[in-house]
Amino acid sequence: MTNMNPYVPFASEILDVIKHTGKEYTFRMAFKGEVKPGQFFEVSIPKFGEAPISVSGIGDGFVDLTIRKVGRVTNEVFEKYKGQNLLLRGPYGNGFDVDLYKDSEVVVVAGGTGVSPVRGVIQALSEMPDAQDKYVIAGFRSPDDMLFRDDLKAWDEKLKLTLTVDGAPEGYTGNIGLVTKYIEGLPLRDPANAKAVVVGPPPMMKFTIIELQKKGFKDSNITVSHERKMCCGLGKCGHCRVNDTYICLDGPVFNYEFAKNFVD
Amino acid sequence: MGYVLTKAGFAEVIASLLEEYRIFAPVRKVGAGRFTDVDAVIYDEIRSADEIELEAKSDYASKEFLTPLSETLFYFTENEVKESDFDGRPVLVFGRSCDLHSLKRLDQIYLENGLAKDPFYKRRRDLIKCVLIGCGHSYDNCFCVSMDSNKCEDGYVFSVDLIDGKIHSNILDESFDKAFSAVSGSEKKDVIPRFVTENDVKVEIPEEVPQGIIKSELWDEYTTRCINCGRCNFVCPTCTCYTMQDVFYSDNGRVGERRRVGASCMVDGYTDVAGGGQYRRKNGERMRFKVLHKISDFKKRFGYQMCVGCGRCDDICPEYISFSNIINKVNAASKEVKS
Ligand SMILES: Cc1cc2nc3c(=O)[nH]c(=O)nc-3n(C[C@H](O)[C@H](O)[C@H](O)COP(=O)(O)OP(=O)(O)OC[C@H]3O[C@@H](n4cnc5c(N)ncnc54)[C@H](O)[C@@H]3O)c2cc1C
Ligand code: SF4
Ligand code: SF4
Ligand code: FES
Repeated sequence: MTNMNPYVPFASEILDVIKHTGKEYTFRMAFKGEVKPGQFFEVSIPKFGEAPISVSGIGDGFVDLTIRKVGRVTNEVFEKYKGQNLLLRGPYGNGFDVDLYKDSEVVVVAGGTGVSPVRGVIQALSEMPDAQDKYVIAGFRSPDDMLFRDDLKAWDEKLKLTLTVDGAPEGYTGNIGLVTKYIEGLPLRDPANAKAVVVGPPPMMKFTIIELQKKGFKDSNITVSHERKMCCGLGKCGHCRVNDTYICLDGPVFNYEFAKNFVD
Repeated sequence: MGYVLTKAGFAEVIASLLEEYRIFAPVRKVGAGRFTDVDAVIYDEIRSADEIELEAKSDYASKEFLTPLSETLFYFTENEVKESDFDGRPVLVFGRSCDLHSLKRLDQIYLENGLAKDPFYKRRRDLIKCVLIGCGHSYDNCFCVSMDSNKCEDGYVFSVDLIDGKIHSNILDESFDKAFSAVSGSEKKDVIPRFVTENDVKVEIPEEVPQGIIKSELWDEYTTRCINCGRCNFVCPTCTCYTMQDVFYSDNGRVGERRRVGASCMVDGYTDVAGGGQYRRKNGERMRFKVLHKISDFKKRFGYQMCVGCGRCDDICPEYISFSNIINKVNAASKEVKS
């Protein structure tokens, strides 16, 4: 059989490797085709397995995959160098609709590797004419865990960026505190009509949404992205299902008005 | 159109079909049941008619051929990914009405959920034709009448009912007629496959399960009673979940394969994500997830009930947990939540 089989991965060349931290690298992978921020690929390493990884950047002839080294598959990915191939299948999932965020106040709250799936969204926001109405609150565990340092600098010049860390060694001059701390003080003109994007670990998403609600955000104006165990990305293996929703097919990006009914 | 024939005559039919088809049917394994003094009726490829268990309900469902417990998808060598070989001979699968009804549910996920059709399922699905085993009576724990899966009008090539030592077969696919007519002493007769019209066990499923049921206390009991062994999922004719598993054989790791193996939402690991994250730690929560998939969530997505009422989950459970009982509890609790 041929590439008609959706389980058969394709080879993609590693065009570049960008090292953010000791265990978080961005792999720039050769790719031509339609893809949106928030979608994901299955990185498929024969004899080791597959891991769903979000698209963290999209460009002419490439996609970026920002990967944290945590286990069997991701360890193996970190053994690869520029010029070698990785096997991929995808893209899967719905992705973000960036047009939703035109002409309104927008707040993106992202934690840790949660910044990856929204990097493309933030990029687009920073290029909008009303970039001064776009707020980004990005949180990392410590100054050493920061991803996309160059991007952060560039974004800071165009839109309103709050960068924070959970904890830092003595002498650190930046913000220290959880992302939730910075929502109350956002100088929004019209929170009831402002839009928000929240991506990160489940507890971070939960408490961020509570803060946004307090601030006056409507549930229907909040977009979230979910992660679950995924073995296929195709709606077959069942692992990602919540209620009657398949995160891999119907998501991973959801309107919170809908996603608030998820019960695992 | 149908035939009545002796068991010996039926053995001839099977022998002639075996020239063209591989046949998968329920077979009895002595002493392999839930307890050591109980037989198990499992699915296996048969070589002759006398291996086929026509009386007892099988412990496992007819999906065993379509979705094997473990299936190799790819073989890996140093520089090659090769799709697994496949025996392309046509297959006959024996099953009861509930089994035949379950096929639609398996197709729903593997062929219709999402844009992609699962090619490893499809290559098996395209090979099979079903043989209906009629049900002369209801078995322990069956509630197919409540689930509307007690009867098959179509979806099989011929039927088999063993009545007073004789085989009664209705032929729906005429290409099977000659196998029957060729047998000496086979009697041409109108045959209607037997089906049950009443079960001892009955369930009532609320049209819509209220959201409040998720938080109901009724699940708590199963946190202690259920031992999360997953047997209820593995025998279920409508469970489709699987986990991908890569392995390598040799010490130097140069060759290996990618398999998919049956998964159970009751068993540890089903929801594990990197970083130690896990959903539904309690068995009661897993029970809720499973039960609501069968009687509510699947229906919300696809418009009909997933459960076919075969009762195999109750037959197999080492803790005597009754699924039909839980459905009725959900029904009672739903009325309370609503009022
Ligand atoms: C839609 C989606 C998008 C994703 N996007 C990204 C992304 O952009 N970047 C990214 O890096 N990841 C992403 N992930 C997560 C990523 O898929 C997993 O990290 C990956 O599958 C891990 O695979 P592995 O084989 O390397 O780890 P495994 O060997 O499967 O390791 C995972 C298991 O090891 C244990 N484990 C692993 N790490 C730890 C730890 N730090 N602490 C404690 N126990 C641990 C856990 O028990 C866990 O079950 C995404 C997941 C989804 C569903
Ligand atoms: S309900 Fe019974 S068969 Fe199912 S996991 Fe629990 S103990 Fe095992
Ligand atoms: S989620 Fe559970 S009940 Fe549903 S198909 Fe998968 S294993 Fe079966
Ligand atoms: S990842 Fe397999 S069904 Fe969603």
